[in-house]
Parts: sequence; C-alpha cells; structure tokens
Amino acid sequence: MKILVTVKEVAEVDDEFGISGLDIDASDLEYNLNEWDDYAVEEAVQLSEERDGVEVVTVTIGPERSEETIRMALAKGADRALRVWDDTLEDAQYLDVSTKADIITTVAEAEEPDLVLTGVQAGDDSNGATGVAVAERLDYEWAAVVNALDLSDDVASVHRELEGGIEELTDVELPAVLTIQTGINEPRYASLRGIRQAQRKPLETSSLEEIGLDESVVETPVERTDMYEPESESDAVIWEGDAEETASELAQFLRDKGVVEG
Amino acid sequence: MTVLAVTEHRRGELRDVSFEIVTAGRELASELGTELELAVIGGDVDDFADRLNLDGVGTIYTVEEGEEFNHGVYTQAIEQLYAETEPTALLLPNTVNGLDYAPAVAGRLDLPLVTDVIGVEGEDPLEVTREQYGGKVETTYDIDADSYAITIRPAEWPAAEGAGEAAIEAFEADIDEDAIGATVTGFQEVSGGDVDISEADVLVSIGRGIEEEENIPLVEALADALGATLSSSRPIVDNGWLPKNRQVGQSGKVVTPDVYIAIGISGAVQHVAGMKGADTIVAINTDPNAPIYDIADYGIVDDLFDVVPELIEAFGGDVPDV
Repeated sequence: MKILVTVKEVAEVDDEFGISGLDIDASDLEYNLNEWDDYAVEEAVQLSEERDGVEVVTVTIGPERSEETIRMALAKGADRALRVWDDTLEDAQYLDVSTKADIITTVAEAEEPDLVLTGVQAGDDSNGATGVAVAERLDYEWAAVVNALDLSDDVASVHRELEGGIEELTDVELPAVLTIQTGINEPRYASLRGIRQAQRKPLETSSLEEIGLDESVVETPVERTDMYEPESESDAVIWEGDAEETASELAQFLRDKGVVEG
Repeated sequence: MTVLAVTEHRRGELRDVSFEIVTAGRELASELGTELELAVIGGDVDDFADRLNLDGVGTIYTVEEGEEFNHGVYTQAIEQLYAETEPTALLLPNTVNGLDYAPAVAGRLDLPLVTDVIGVEGEDPLEVTREQYGGKVETTYDIDADSYAITIRPAEWPAAEGAGEAAIEAFEADIDEDAIGATVTGFQEVSGGDVDISEADVLVSIGRGIEEEENIPLVEALADALGATLSSSRPIVDNGWLPKNRQVGQSGKVVTPDVYIAIGISGAVQHVAGMKGADTIVAINTDPNAPIYDIADYGIVDDLFDVVPELIEAFGGDVPDV
C-alpha cells in the first residue's frame, strides 16, 4: 500500500509586520510545517507502523527553503519525498487552488497511491479546497475534515468533524483522498535518530516540465489586487498599568458585576 | 446569468448559513444586476423551500434526493442544475459540508473557485475579499471569468428575513448511484462528560498562550478562585490538555456566559463563532492586534503569566508553582 501525503511549508506572521505590494514583507515571516499537514503525516506514519508494506511518500510544492520542512516529515517517518518547483512557480503572483490541485494530481497519477492524505487547510492561505479538488481530478473518492480513521483493505471508515460537536460517520471506498483535521492523533516530535535518517532518505526535486506540465498550469482568472491590515473594530476598554494594577481593575470589575464571590 | 446559491441542512433542520447565503446572494445579485435562485437538495425539500421563500429570491429548485447530505449526490445534482440554469455565480457555504463538495463541483464545471469569502463587490470583474495568515490581513481578488464558484464564510452576512414570492420548482436530478463511493452510516455527538460549559455563568477560557500543559494548573487555580468553569480554544483540546467537552467554537460548544475571560486566545473566527454571544468578554493577550480585541469589551495587553497570578491572589487563591 502506498500513501501520498501533501506537505506544505506555511508562512507564519510576526505580531508586528509590514506589507509590500501584495504580500507581507519576507522578513516578517517564519516558515513551518503546516499544522494540519503535521497531523496528516502522523496519521500516514502510524498506518505504516501498524501494517506491513506501507510506503509513505510526501509531496510538496515549494522552493528550496521548504526542504527543511520536508526533512522534518521524513524525520517523523515518511519514506521519501517529492518536491515540485521552478521559475514559473517562483514568478507566479500566487498559486490558486486549481494550480496546486493540478500539480499534486499529476504527481499522484505517477505515484498511484491507494490513499492521499492532505491537511484540511493551510494555515496561511486557508483555502481548505485542495484535497477535494485533487480527489475530483484523480477520480478518487474523498472525505473532508476527517478526525478519526479506521482503514481496512478497500474502505476507509472515517469520522468527519461537523460543526457544533457532531461527527458524521462515513465509509469511503479506496482509493481515496482524506483531508485531515487537527486533533486526529498526537503528532510526534522527530527523534535525533529520525533526523539523522532523514538526511539519507530520497528527496527528489522536479520542475513543472519534468512532471509533464507546462507553465499554463499557473494561469488563473483570479488576480490578487490588494492586501491590507483590516481596520480594528475594537472598542474594548484597555486597562493600563502593571500586572498588579490591571489584575486589580479586572478583580474590581468582576466583583461589581456580582459574578464572583470573595 | 443568475446567482445560484446552495443551501444546507442537517438532521431535519436548515442551518443558519442557509439564511445568510440568501443575504449574500441578494447582495451579489444586486451587484451583478441579476436574480437570486436557490437550490435545496435532500431532506424535507418542500418544507425547507417554504422557509427559504424570502424576499429577493426568484426561484427555488428542490432536489428530492436522500435525507442527509452526501457529497456525491450534491456534486451530481449541482452539476446538472448548473447545466440547466447557467448561473454566473455559484454561491456555496464555506462549511464542513460545503468544503466536501465545492472543490469537486468547481473542478467538474471547470470554474475558478474562491473559498471563505467575506465580501463581494463590483460587477465585471467581481471583487471578492478574504482573510489570510490567520486573519492578520485581508486580501482582495478580481475574478475575471464569465462564471465562477464562491464559498461564503458563515455568520459573516446577517440572516435574510421578509416573506418572498419565489417560484418553487422540483428539479429531477439524474443521480448515478454507482458513481458514489462514500456512504454516510450515522452521526455521533461528542460526549458531554462531567461539565457542560454552555451552562456556566463565568468561563475562564485558555488558548495557545498557555504554552505548555504544565501551565494548566495556573488557570485551574484561577477558575477555582473565581468559582468559574474552565474552557478552551481548539489547540488545547487538540493537544489533549483538556477534554473535548471543554472546547468553545465552531466545532465545539457555543457558550453564552455572563463573563468570558479569554486568556492567551488570539480570537480566530472559528473560536469567536462559539463565544461572541457572551454578555461581557475580557481578553488577556500580549498582542494588541489580536482579533480577540475586536470583540472584547475589556482588555489587558500583558503577559498572562504576570496577570493571572495577581488575579488569583486578588481572590485569595493559592498560586500554584508552574
């Protein structure tokens, strides 16, 4: 059995940041493994540990910098990694759902996995759409927002986390794409041994052309036109002073409100 | 040339987003100078159509197909309805179920898809607004296409009101059951456990700012000193530091206490959905730009590890060693 896991390096923004043109200043960004993908990697690695003959392959669309993130997924137990990047992708204004789905689909068609695990969304773009878009292109079944997974030979029995504390129980025929929600497992920390081993695991980098796509894949009718900090709607009363003073203000407020004793 | 909005229901009830999407759809239809049409797929479609017969709705298409949501049925039905009605804009809810079919529908119809939209403006091209980087920035996008699909964020538009005069039409979708390989077998509610946070008058609620599981006793001591109940945002439950029944937010509980003290919570939209109904909201967070301050009534912009011990002492509690 082969499991393909999408691994994205996401940008996290410092508390104080600037915007240049249509994106946040690079110096105000820190890059990490996407939180949702961390759970997807863990789920795949656990499946590979529970049964024989499971290969876990990661796929990333990202620049050379993202290899640090990819090595982290390898250190946690993925077997090998694929990375797609070139100047066309580098020069694109941004990559929309359709572009990312086309690239991942093309990689998946070559790999022919039984199961594709993606995060529910990426922490930076928050599209929440790539996994299901890939399923449709591959003609695989799918389930979005999965927070429990029980895998048999040809069916994935999943819980989908709906709103309001309700879970939907669904049987999904394989091959399938599942988008993985945080909390489904406890992602491990990479061990020192894992980190050492990750350095020797295969990480293959390809251009669009090398996977069989041309630069038209980045074309999109959706153009980013502006990025700005939303105006604060805050009309909160901010208590000023040191911790003792502010805590005393809050204590007084709670007493006046009559909601606490003492 | 229309706006076609798809509504949502679960276990016999229309969800709030179904009424919000009517408001968003009316706004978009007015920008485009066209008519709003609705689709109701599955469940008691006649009853749902009656309830959604609201001011500004032109036609409501009912697709009588199954009791509950199934993404295969939705994908096929919307694809066929789209072919029949040829809308400019396909408007879908950015919900857990919406995200289970919207990307598939957009893929099959070869439509550009923009998700989690919070604003629509203009005609040609349409400009949509969404948030990125966890709500720290907003971005606008021009959609330069003859037709497109958009998912709208729940609770961003108010629920539509006012009786309408919509034509209600049954639409016969030709569903290929063999093409559907996902079967819903049931539902399960997250167990209530020992505490019902939705009953509490005062909630001390913690988020990522608490940093380590070892620091939980600090806020437990605060809750004890105040006679309050401890709740949390999602990451605390994901980490297994508190049980699921303590989670406030879209996928957890909706709470309406007299006082909600948000400690180290940034105020992501999914969290706010669960606590905005609190009578008074107090935020303790080091980041003055955190979205929690948009909704808070009172705030302390300081380190929780400095403020919380002072607060415990103010109520005569013992500050644990963390």
